[in-house]
Amino acid sequence: MKALVPVKRVLDYNVKPRIKADGTGVDLSNVKMSMNPFDEIAVEEAIRLKEKGVVTEIVAVSIGEAKAQETLRTALAMGADRAILVTAEGTVEPLAVAKILKGIVAEESPELVILGKQAIDDDNNQTGQMLAGLLGWAQGTFASKVEAADGEVRVTREVDGGLETDLLKLPAIITTDLRLNEPRYASLPNIMKAKSKPLANKTPADYGVDTAPRISIVKVTEPSKRQAGSKVADVDELVTKLAALGIAKS
Amino acid sequence: MKCLVLVEHDGKTVRDATLSAVTAASKLGQVDLLVAGEGVGPVAEAAAKIAGAGTVYVADDAAYAHQLAENIAPLAVELMGEHDAFVCPATTNGKNIAPRVAALLDVMQVSDVLSIEGPDTFTRPIYAGNAIATVKTSDPKLVLTVRGTAFEKAAAEGGSGQVQPAQSTGDKGLSRFENAEIAQNARPELTSAKIIVSGGRALQNSENFHSLIEPLADKLGAAVGASRAAVDAGYVPNDYQVGQTGKIVAPDVYIAVGISGAIQHLAGMKDSKIIVAINKDADAPIFQVADIGLVGDLFKVVPELTEKL
Repeated sequence: MKALVPVKRVLDYNVKPRIKADGTGVDLSNVKMSMNPFDEIAVEEAIRLKEKGVVTEIVAVSIGEAKAQETLRTALAMGADRAILVTAEGTVEPLAVAKILKGIVAEESPELVILGKQAIDDDNNQTGQMLAGLLGWAQGTFASKVEAADGEVRVTREVDGGLETDLLKLPAIITTDLRLNEPRYASLPNIMKAKSKPLANKTPADYGVDTAPRISIVKVTEPSKRQAGSKVADVDELVTKLAALGIAKS
Repeated sequence: MKCLVLVEHDGKTVRDATLSAVTAASKLGQVDLLVAGEGVGPVAEAAAKIAGAGTVYVADDAAYAHQLAENIAPLAVELMGEHDAFVCPATTNGKNIAPRVAALLDVMQVSDVLSIEGPDTFTRPIYAGNAIATVKTSDPKLVLTVRGTAFEKAAAEGGSGQVQPAQSTGDKGLSRFENAEIAQNARPELTSAKIIVSGGRALQNSENFHSLIEPLADKLGAAVGASRAAVDAGYVPNDYQVGQTGKIVAPDVYIAVGISGAIQHLAGMKDSKIIVAINKDADAPIFQVADIGLVGDLFKVVPELTEKL
């Protein structure tokens, strides 16, 4: 079966976001950008399913500015077979991304779409569920384990109380959580090979999708800071302080 | 504005996360509630008692027994014909269901709402809580998930909602629940605990975690949490994780033991009233947010603390 893996180019997770002085957003000029970590997990899972013989072809998709091509090359270097870049300026919200992906699904007919559960910039946690809703497909969100199971896929999900396992009819949507796998690094020969893998260029108009945002940003501010308190010298002093808070007997 | 709040429950009782969502919805307008499940009469009765409850829609069907989003989303969409806002707690259940509903309504969801600034304006965290965005939506209906720690809990008693059956939208046959490993825990639940003791990677292994963190927690009647590093290393299961991608908590007292204070962890606990940090590295970032810090070897300090409390 074919697997579609959407990937997003985001501020690298090791870079501390700087808020623009005019409060319109986070400054993304001259900072390191990388593939969203949850999407790396999604690419890795698709590759593992291919190595197990479950998946036969992996198509990576990115929707965003032209530089998202670099993110797609990373996916290709990890092991995706080909890529589709849908070039769009400005913010493309999860709903519009889901609509574009629905158009790609109609053309590509994958049986699995594996997405990161959320992007670490907007932290929306919506796209996979929205795509599943638009397609009328099953959804296995926050996956920590994925197994092919006779025309179905068994997904173990990280839920608030622990773990939940559901069986999904194919085709299906999976969104990845942290513990699904540890993504591989692309080797140098694979990075070289990725440069010649096919990459198709598209626009949202090709799928008849209007990407105008529904939500506007009024302002972006720093979160309120906590003041550091004081250090205590030893356990006895800590016990006294805790007792003053009414939570311990001294 | 007429709001529909998804009631989070365990089949018997209403979960606290619902009460925070009710408070958020009440800032927008009228609060109706949706109880979906199997044999959920008692849950509906309890939901009707929540202060401010209007109509309590009860969809009682085996199709809803395990809160599968594929089955619950069409039900919510049906009821949204007469409502202006769908409000879910930002729990894994709410996060699973709400976007599916939003897509079916052609609405862009506002996730993880921290405050309601107006009928269409909200604040929410972005970049793991490193920035707070004020956003304004232009959609005709609202779909929101709300962060429990950001809203007071509505009173669980005193309301007089009207329980009304809702027509089942049936089993869509897309997915089946197979099993759940839900931790049986005698300790308080993390997201509603007044005191939390959390352990990090400095505990070195699962045995140390259990023999040091748990006795301290039990002495204080506290819930037990962990950093992502401790969960990834396998010391404790995933449901212990406090942080941006785990649980967001705001107890009265949060005791961080052997946790350095990575930004992802701080995002999940920095709204705690009092933060206590125990760490042997005096420069650990956790001390920058801690109200009370103790620099020391946790293997000596924690047993001593447990004994002296």
